[in-house]
Amino acid sequence: MRLTPVLFRLAWRNLWRNHRRTIIMLGAVGVGVWAMIFMTALTRGMVDQMVIDSIGVLPGHVQMHHPDFQDDPSISNRIPFQEAELQERFAGAGFKAWASRVRVPAVISSERESRGVTLLGVDPDAERDISFFDYDAVDGRYLTDASDQGIVIGKKLAETLETGIGKRVVLMSQDPDNDIADRGFRVIGLYAATTKSVEESYAYIGKSTAQQMLNIGDETTEVVFLGDDYRDIEGTYKAVSSVVDASVSVLRWHEIDTYLGTMMRVMDGFVLIWVVVIFMALSFGLVNTLVMAVFERVREIGLMLALGMKPGSILGQILIESMLLLTLGLAAGNALAWATVVPLEDGIDISIVAEGMEMWGASSMLYPKLYASDMILATGVVLLLGFLASLAPAWRASRYKPVEAITKV
Amino acid sequence: MNIVFRLAWRNLWRHPRRTWLTTGAMVFSNILLVFMISLQFGMYGLMIDNALQIFTGHVQVQAVGYKDEQKMRQVVPDIASLANAIREKLHSETVAARGRAFVLASSEDRSFGIAVYGVQPEFEAQVSNIPGLISTGRYLDSNSAAEIVVGSVLARNLRVQVGDELTLLGSGVDGSFAAGVVEIVGIFASGVNDIDRNIAEIPLGLFQDTFFMEGSGHEIVIVGDGLASVPRIQSEVQSLLPGDADLVVLNWDQLQPGLKQAIQADMSSSFFMYFVLVILVSFSVLNTQLMSVLERTREFGIVMALGLKPSRLGRLVLLETALMGLIGTVLGVIAGGIVTSWFTTNGLAFPGMDEMAARFNLPARMYPDVNIFSLFAGPSVVFLFTILAALYPALRLRWQNPVAAMRVA
Repeated sequence: MRLTPVLFRLAWRNLWRNHRRTIIMLGAVGVGVWAMIFMTALTRGMVDQMVIDSIGVLPGHVQMHHPDFQDDPSISNRIPFQEAELQERFAGAGFKAWASRVRVPAVISSERESRGVTLLGVDPDAERDISFFDYDAVDGRYLTDASDQGIVIGKKLAETLETGIGKRVVLMSQDPDNDIADRGFRVIGLYAATTKSVEESYAYIGKSTAQQMLNIGDETTEVVFLGDDYRDIEGTYKAVSSVVDASVSVLRWHEIDTYLGTMMRVMDGFVLIWVVVIFMALSFGLVNTLVMAVFERVREIGLMLALGMKPGSILGQILIESMLLLTLGLAAGNALAWATVVPLEDGIDISIVAEGMEMWGASSMLYPKLYASDMILATGVVLLLGFLASLAPAWRASRYKPVEAITKV
Repeated sequence: MNIVFRLAWRNLWRHPRRTWLTTGAMVFSNILLVFMISLQFGMYGLMIDNALQIFTGHVQVQAVGYKDEQKMRQVVPDIASLANAIREKLHSETVAARGRAFVLASSEDRSFGIAVYGVQPEFEAQVSNIPGLISTGRYLDSNSAAEIVVGSVLARNLRVQVGDELTLLGSGVDGSFAAGVVEIVGIFASGVNDIDRNIAEIPLGLFQDTFFMEGSGHEIVIVGDGLASVPRIQSEVQSLLPGDADLVVLNWDQLQPGLKQAIQADMSSSFFMYFVLVILVSFSVLNTQLMSVLERTREFGIVMALGLKPSRLGRLVLLETALMGLIGTVLGVIAGGIVTSWFTTNGLAFPGMDEMAARFNLPARMYPDVNIFSLFAGPSVVFLFTILAALYPALRLRWQNPVAAMRVA
């Protein structure tokens, strides 16, 4: 046991005998680790933003629908609970926030143009706690209450329809008997979103107004629940599932937007592959450094063995040397990553490729995100694989025959 | 054989393990680079082809402003005869005229807002995949029959089958009320959700009657002989347009700017990764060459004292590096080529990738595209950086004092 401090000291001094080589290797490990973490932070930032944008449009980490609604988003597939029943089930259940909505496909027409949209009947009071929707960023005004008679549409849609605040549009959808339900609305507000396709797709009206227009009493088509963090929604999911039966289906956000769910999983896989690939590129240099270090010291290792040092101690000494080198490199790389990501956290403007990013489903601002878990992952992988890669040269060093080693020229 | 060359070659094999480890780092990066670049080019080519084949075509003629505003009244007048004129000029059948309107499509139980296209049945198959993707029923075959083909998701949502009737409600080109009843003759399945859910096609003649188009339409789609033919087609079509008409000729990049940008965004993140790999290899080479120069300090001192110019020694070191780099490049290209070719025939799949790929109309399996560029681009950059990395060890010999060098222990 008291040998360990000595081995550490030997390893540390050996490391700095050839300081040039050590510094170059430190540089390589530092750059490698920096690249691992920096790239991961960019990727995480992009995916986070995609999720936030997507949940921002249709907030709700957990959503409840009629079982057929996902497949057939029609007014016929309503939630079979009246408003009072919803209140009774969910009001006291301790959710951070929840709201019920009417959500149906519709056609919106101005005097000039028609477009298909998703119509959302919302209760602004209940949504205020849930939505990431920035009410103040709306030109004109947002809906004031559930029976507001106006409509809020996206800026891009308003341009296409050649309409504007104060003008009238007609909404057409169907009621449960498949009769055309239509109604005129005055445009009261225009919202801006991060992607044009969102601005074109969603139109907001009051929930009660929607229920009246569609002739569905006080029924709704979806109930949404908000948890604390979109990454951790199981608690909310279980809480909702426990108070309803099979007459409705409860889904997590990544089951509703499967593209995003997949994207997140693929990115997790990508991060690991990236870290391992970079490590492999590094490992050649690491093993090389150790092989050289051992080679230069064959005689000295032979001497230590001849003086009675156990082969295990030689092995330990080389491994400690390698781990010290990696730890220093990791510290430098992590520090460098932190120092480069933090100033960029306000966002990188990549709007030159905005439409391309929109195809990937991402917005034109990139906010790199440094997660402790990613830094730990990179550090852990490097230490573990580094240990494994160092085993071979260290093992060879500990197996020298003392006499042969001492006499080696 | 030249003496310098012989010296360099022998020096390289003084430490075979070190040389192989350094070469190994190069080979590893080269295999990765060849594979990744081939994969990217395979993917980009497919991405562009698939995205354009399905609907957009290579070149379109539209009214000025239609691309961004897509207003019903921004028409190409007398569209069928203009399309004919283009066909004659280009000696090509791959030209088709279309009209487009947004309508509310109602079946017996359901209504949805969709985009309905008026197409020329005899030419549409030349410019778009959709006629060939009919899964049940048949494609349109007359220019004026009251028939429609719809996407598979739309058919499911509307709960209709071949033989059922649909009512289309929308506005005509003058803003007046337009309606028509059509019979579903076919259902297509492109596999792209957005297209299968939102699009239906009717004959152009019927379209023009229903929406009061008076012979006009919205776009003429032209497919050329690959992307390279696009500029030629563009200028030939441009010369055909009447000078006073408000028409523009747009190429695929203008029609779908997101496509090129998505590729650019993907490329820039890949280039960052490649660059990091190359830098790590350079560190490895720098380390090895610096060590190999330092351990020969005495030897170099002696030959310099004997009158050899430092610049010749520098060239020797560079030659050693070049030889090592060449081995790495040759082995890397061969191994990379073999690995990549295997995937070229067998394809590459990654869990979750199918869903991401579907967003870009890509198949679930990716096939890398091996060509001269993808085979040599990465390895040449690695080779270049290998030489650059050896510059410092080679140049520092110039400041070496022969006497001091010989005294180094």
